[in-house]
Amino acid sequence: MVYDYAQFPDARGHFGAYGGRFVAETLMEPLRQLEEAYARLKNDPDFLAELDRDYTHYVGRPSPLYHAERLSKAWGGAQVWLKREDLNHTGAHKINNTIGQALLAKHLGKTRIIAETGAGQHGVASATIAARLGLKCVVYMGIDDVERQSPNVYRMKLLGAEVVPVTSGTRTLKDALNEALRDWVTNVDDTFYVIGTVAGPHPYPMLVRDFNSIVGRELIGQSRAQIGRLPDALVACVGGGSNAIGMFHPLLAFDEVAMYGVEAGGDGIATGRHAAPLSAGQPGVLHGNRTYVMADDDGQIIGTHSISAGLDYPGVGPEHAWLKDIGRVNYVSATDTEAMAAFYELTRGEGIIPALESSHAVAHAKKLAPTLGSDRHIVVNLSGRGDKDIFTIAKREGISLT
Amino acid sequence: MIRMSRLQQQFANLKAQGRKALIPFITGGDPAPAHTVALMHALVAGGADVIELGMPFSDPMADGPTIQLACERALAAGTTVSKLLELVGEFRRDNQHTPVVLMGYLNPIEHRGIAAFAQQAKAAGVDGVLIVDLAVEEAPEFAPPLKAAGLDMIFLLAPTSSERRIRAVAEAASGYLYYVSLKGVTGAVTLDLAAVAHKLEEIRRLTALPLAVGFGIRDPATAAAVGRLADGVVVGSALVAEIEQHAATPEVLPALLKAKLGALRKALDEIAQ
Repeated sequence: MVYDYAQFPDARGHFGAYGGRFVAETLMEPLRQLEEAYARLKNDPDFLAELDRDYTHYVGRPSPLYHAERLSKAWGGAQVWLKREDLNHTGAHKINNTIGQALLAKHLGKTRIIAETGAGQHGVASATIAARLGLKCVVYMGIDDVERQSPNVYRMKLLGAEVVPVTSGTRTLKDALNEALRDWVTNVDDTFYVIGTVAGPHPYPMLVRDFNSIVGRELIGQSRAQIGRLPDALVACVGGGSNAIGMFHPLLAFDEVAMYGVEAGGDGIATGRHAAPLSAGQPGVLHGNRTYVMADDDGQIIGTHSISAGLDYPGVGPEHAWLKDIGRVNYVSATDTEAMAAFYELTRGEGIIPALESSHAVAHAKKLAPTLGSDRHIVVNLSGRGDKDIFTIAKREGISLT
Repeated sequence: MIRMSRLQQQFANLKAQGRKALIPFITGGDPAPAHTVALMHALVAGGADVIELGMPFSDPMADGPTIQLACERALAAGTTVSKLLELVGEFRRDNQHTPVVLMGYLNPIEHRGIAAFAQQAKAAGVDGVLIVDLAVEEAPEFAPPLKAAGLDMIFLLAPTSSERRIRAVAEAASGYLYYVSLKGVTGAVTLDLAAVAHKLEEIRRLTALPLAVGFGIRDPATAAAVGRLADGVVVGSALVAEIEQHAATPEVLPALLKAKLGALRKALDEIAQ
């Protein structure tokens, strides 16, 4: 079956059986207004020029495509390249999306933005752009994540954002999302909800994808210039899946490019302690969209486990659910241990400290590279830098930094 | 003539009597499944015309902290969808006249299989279903098995609902419409009566379905004020807060809920004349 990937989602926000708009009535009209505003602005030359200007001069785009030669040699197979989203302002791909959404908020006349965050990268990116545009910013964060990502919490506060610790449910990203949705439904007149991943009700999965697709669009040009052709494989970590879809989407139509989305395997899929709904979940409805979710026998959403707060989420973007079902993207997983090993290898081998999230993608590249010849090319989306994780890693090593 | 559902019959009777429907909400299985049936009977004794029974969900994103905590208590006490349906069946053994509406989120229902759920709910004595996160646009894939089983489909309307949406929702709904009185989650405190009155007028021009109003109704005065505008009044978080406060001594709850609801009943009946 041949798909025209640009035609998804359909007019109702569906990617095949997934996506849609599963929210309480109060939000339906605001979502329709957002969809309309986006449909108008995404082709507006002034809006696009403003976005491009920010990508270039504020984020520092394009991000480099870096040939990790020492890693490639060490792994003995394909050439490994890193798309350096870690070099963006604020240290991750998240800013690509927050800039776009904050500009939408500005055009809609909203004065306050809210966001949910797991690892804190999206919270920092939201607080950053709020400071830049003079918007009030409130960030919801599970209290467990507040503790394990304290440097980012402080960063958000420095930037003038209010960080609200969320104590309900499993006290992680999914609960932060619930709380942000509650804020939005209460303050919908003056507030714009900046969702940080390609999940949530339509049109969010589409607009977050579109804003992150700058990564894949740049990669096409860079790859042709530096490799001489498109890569053989793309590898990206998948929590909600925004960095992965950003890199994959512009290349979906190129059948020769294989794609791997790497979920958080936690202690191992077999243990049940993981955050891999595509690998071990089933279709359901969570946070406004139909997708793969992790649920118990009674349909209750279950707690997830990952060393990386940014992947610790029981759902996944609906477009990924669809890409899995049609077989276009391979979804695999890497355990905490594998991600940690990859973290050290990249840090010591190339002098690049990756985020624990991105380390999952590096871990899969390590498995994939030796199966391919040295004339083949793998691009890993290095979605974020690891400074925020040094406390988590030190703790794992039994070292106290304070 | 088409036979009316228990829910439709109830609203028709109330209308004939010039009375307003009092619709309490409690979360099923809160604080534990063993107490739910007794609480439901207490609500009827306190003057309930319809009972909305919450199906606990791990991620109740449209609810405030009071009902989120109720969900957590109920789930921790082992409440499942099967258990909840059993409880409704048990309630029905002693009460065949009070309609019961299950109110919850889609995932546990879809997980069970929507057709199986519909059959089992009907068999247990459930009259209607309100799925908070099932907007009318997505309903065509989920509502038919529920309707085919003879369940009324209750939908929400909100201050933000456009005329186009009100028409679509009224078309898909049966039993009654649940108007969310404010922009916010359950248990919120501020209620703008003038705004509610204005919106209800708009809705009434577009549908003949009974209109129940909920969110932010916690005392007899507010219930009476809203009762003047609507066909029914939903009270939820105020009752659930009582359950929260006395969760450790659940034996006192039936009398407390009966008294609390009784005060609302009295206020509503006073405006009826």
